[in-house]
Amino acid sequence: MDACHCIEPQWPADKLLMKYQYISDFFIALAYFSIPLELVYFVKKSAVFPYRWVLVQFGSFIVLCGATHLINLWTFTMHSRTVAVVMTTAKILTAVVSCATALMLVHIIPDLLSVKKRELYLKKKAAQLDREMGLIRTQEETGRYVRMLTHEIRSTLDRHTILKTTLIELGRTLALEECALWMPTHTGLELQLSYTLRHQYPMGFIVPIQLPVINQVFSSNRAVKISSSSPVARLRPAGKYTTGEVVAVRVPLLHLSNFQINDWPELTTKRYALMVLVLPSDSARQWHVHELELVEVVADQVAVALSHAAILEESLRARDLLMEQNVALDLARREAETAVRAHNDFLAVMNHEMRTPVHAIIALSSLLQETKLTPEQRLMVETILRSSSLLATLINDVLDLSRLKDGSLKLDIRTLSLHVLFWEALNLIRPIASVKKLFVTLSFSSDMPEHAIGDEKRLMQVLLNIVGNAVKFTRVGSISISASVAKSESLRDPRAPGFFPVPSDNHFYLHVQVKDTGSGINPQEIPNLFTKFAQSQSSGTKNSSGSGLGLAISKRFVNLMEGHIWIESEGLGKGSTAIFVVKLGIPGRSHESILPFVPKVPENRVPTKFLGLKVVLMDENGVGRMVTKGILMHLGCEVLTVSSGDECLRVLIHEHKVVFLDVSLPGIDSYELSVRIHEKFSQHFSRPFIVALMGNRDKLMTENCLRAGMDGVVPKPVSVEKMRSALSELLEHGLLLDS
Amino acid sequence: MELNQLQRSFLEYTAALFREGFLDSQFSQLYQLQDESNPEFVVEVVSLFFEDSERLINDLSRALDQTIVDFRKIDAHVHQLKGSSSSIGAQRVKNSCVSFRNFCEAQNIEECSKCLQQVKQEYLLIKNKLEALFQLEKQIVAAGGAINMVEWML
Repeated sequence: MDACHCIEPQWPADKLLMKYQYISDFFIALAYFSIPLELVYFVKKSAVFPYRWVLVQFGSFIVLCGATHLINLWTFTMHSRTVAVVMTTAKILTAVVSCATALMLVHIIPDLLSVKKRELYLKKKAAQLDREMGLIRTQEETGRYVRMLTHEIRSTLDRHTILKTTLIELGRTLALEECALWMPTHTGLELQLSYTLRHQYPMGFIVPIQLPVINQVFSSNRAVKISSSSPVARLRPAGKYTTGEVVAVRVPLLHLSNFQINDWPELTTKRYALMVLVLPSDSARQWHVHELELVEVVADQVAVALSHAAILEESLRARDLLMEQNVALDLARREAETAVRAHNDFLAVMNHEMRTPVHAIIALSSLLQETKLTPEQRLMVETILRSSSLLATLINDVLDLSRLKDGSLKLDIRTLSLHVLFWEALNLIRPIASVKKLFVTLSFSSDMPEHAIGDEKRLMQVLLNIVGNAVKFTRVGSISISASVAKSESLRDPRAPGFFPVPSDNHFYLHVQVKDTGSGINPQEIPNLFTKFAQSQSSGTKNSSGSGLGLAISKRFVNLMEGHIWIESEGLGKGSTAIFVVKLGIPGRSHESILPFVPKVPENRVPTKFLGLKVVLMDENGVGRMVTKGILMHLGCEVLTVSSGDECLRVLIHEHKVVFLDVSLPGIDSYELSVRIHEKFSQHFSRPFIVALMGNRDKLMTENCLRAGMDGVVPKPVSVEKMRSALSELLEHGLLLDS
Repeated sequence: MELNQLQRSFLEYTAALFREGFLDSQFSQLYQLQDESNPEFVVEVVSLFFEDSERLINDLSRALDQTIVDFRKIDAHVHQLKGSSSSIGAQRVKNSCVSFRNFCEAQNIEECSKCLQQVKQEYLLIKNKLEALFQLEKQIVAAGGAINMVEWML
C-alpha cells in the first residue's frame, strides 16, 4: 500500500451493493453501446433522415457515456492511477459532448415535432385526394353511360325506338325498378302514360296537366325528386305503394318551328313530356347527384332525338306530297298537250273548210246585187252580203290570231305611203262618221315622213280597228287622229312599262293617237281589252257587235312590228284614247328593196284649172268677204272684192269670169243687180257668171235668183270643196245646179 | 314645253272647242286657206271678226237703249253679226244671233236685251278661247313646229 499510486474509492465497498452496481453499470454500458448501433442500423435502413450530424453527436455522447460506465467497472476495486486518469478523461469528454448534445437538441426537437405535423397533414391530403379520385371516377363512368345512352338513342330516327331505348338503357344504367314516360295528349291538357320499362303495354293512365307536382317539374330543367305517392309516380295498377325514391324530369318536345327561333332554347310554346324514374324499393339507395345529372342530360338528348324524328317525319310527308303533285302535274300536262293538238287540228280544218263556203256566199251575193232586184230583194241581198262579210272577217280574224300565236305569220314588208294610209282609213270611216254626225280630225306632225317601210295591210288593219272602234263607240262628239314621230322621251312612257324602243338610223317609231268623246271604258276593264274574246260586260249598248278579237289581233300585229299599243280612259262616258307605237323603216336608208313607188296623194293645193281665174266678190260683211276671198284665192283665183252693188257694177269688166253676190243681206237688191249686170254685158260676147252666195237655203229665194238671171247658188258658209265643185260645174256646164 | 306636247294640246284644245259647239267645220276651212302665201290668214280673219263684232255689239246696245227702238236697224246689225260669225264658224255666237233675230221680229224689247247679253257672253267666250288658241299656235311656231291640219270634215 505504499506507492502504488492507486486511487481509493470514495466510499468503503459494500460487497453486495457493489455487486449490484457492478452489474447495473455493465448493463448500462451494454445498452449505451447498443443504442447507437440500433440507431445506425435503422437509419441506414430508412431512406431519408436529415439529421445525420445529430446522430453522430448523439452516438458519440452515448458511446462516451457507455465508456464511462464501463470504466466505472474498474473503479470498484483498487485501480491504478492510469485507470483513474482514463476515467476522468472519459468523463470530461462525456460532459462536453453531452452538453453539446443538449444544446443541439434545443434546436432539433421542434423540427422533429413539425415533421410529425407535416406527416399528419399529408395523410389528410392523401385521403382527400382519394375521395376526389373516387368522385371523378364515378363521373367518368356517368359520362360513359351518357355517351352510350346517347349513342343508343340517336342511332335510330324512329320515335318509338328512341323512347324505348332510352327507358331500357336508363333502367340498366341506373338499375331502376321502373321508368316511365308521360306524353301530353293532343289537347295539351293531360298527360298520358305512353311508355314504361317493365310493362310492354302501358295501362293508358291519364292525369291532368295542371297538377302542382307536374308544374313543379316542368318549371325547372333539373331532375326533381317527387313523392312516390303522387299520381305520376303510381305506375303500377295496384299494390306496391312503397317504392324507392322517385325522380321526375321534363323532356322538352320541340317542333320544327322551334328551330327557327333565335333564342334557343328559350321556347315560347313549351310542350313537355314527363319522365319518371323509380329506384328499387328494396335497396336503401338514394339518388346521387351524378345520377340526377345523368338523367337531365339524357332527357335533353331525348328531346333532340325526338325532334329529329319529327323533322324526318315531316320531310317524308312532304316528299310524298310532292310525288303526288308531280303525278297530277304530269297528267295535267298531258291533257294540255292533247288539247293543244286538238285545237291545232280544228284550226287546220277550219282554214280551208269554212273559208270556201263563205267566199262562195260573198261572191254570189255580190253578183246577185248586180242584177235587177226589187227593193225588198235588194235589201235582203245586202243583208246577206253584210252578214257573210262579217262572218268572213270573223274567220279570218280567228285564223290570223292562231297563225300569230304559233308564230307562222310573217310581215309583208314593203314601201308604203303613210299619208295615203291614213287618208284611206279616213275615207273608209267617212260614211259612218257623217251619218253619226261625228267630227273627225286628222293631223300629222311636221316631221312625219311621207313614206315608210312596213306591212301596209296589217298597219291599215290596226288603224282601221282602232278608228273603227272609236267611231263605233262614239254616239256624239268627235274623234281626233294624230300621227307623229315618237321621240325617245315620249317612248319611255310610264303607261307602257317594259317597252324600251331604241330608234336608229334605219328605223323610226310612228306614234298614232286616236282620241274619241265616246262612251269611254271602265278603267278596271282596260287590262281585259286586249284579251281574246273578252267583251266588256258593262257596255249597255247593243251596238257592240264586235267579235272581241279586233284588239287582240291589233295587239299581236303591233307586237310583231316591235311596238306597243294601249288604251286609256277616265271612265264610262268620258271618252277614250287609243295609242299605238310601231317601228317602221325609213325608206332610202335601209337595205330592204324598195318596191314600186306608191303615188302620192293628189295635191289639192293649187288646182291648175282655176289658176288666174278673175272673179269679183261682193259681200257687205267684212268677215265673210275675207273668208270667201281666201277660199277663192286658195283655189287659185284672182279676186277683186267690193262691198256694194254700185261698186260692183263699176269694177266689173268682161275679163271677170265670175261675180259672186252675197244675197243674204237685206237692203241690197241682188236681183236688180243681177239684171243690171246682164244689161251691162248684153253687148259683149260673154258675160261673167253670176253666182249668189246664200246664207239660208231658201227654195223661194233660189228660184228668184235664177229667175233674175243668176247662174247658180252657193250656200253660205262657203267651203273650199263646195266652191271648187261649183266653179268646176260652172266652167264645164255653164250652169250651177243646186248642190 | 316640248313640241309634241304643244301640238297635242293644241289639237286637244281645238277638238274640245268643236265638241262643245264653240266652233263648227267652217273654222277648219279657214285653216285650209292658210299656206305659205297666206301664213296669217286665220289670225287676220279672226281679228277682223273681233273688230266687227265689237262694233256691232256696241251699236246694238246703243240701239236698244234708245227710247224708240228701231227693230229694223237691230235686225240688220244682228244679221251682220250672224253673217260674220257663221263665216268663221263661231257656232254659238251664230245660234244666239238666230234667236236674237226671232225676238227682233216679235219686237220684244226685254227678250232682245236678254239676247244681246247672251250674244255678248258668247262672243266674249269665243274671243277668249280663240286668243288662247292663237297663243298656243304662237308657241308651237316658236318651238319650230307647224300646224299641219290636212282635212277636217263633218
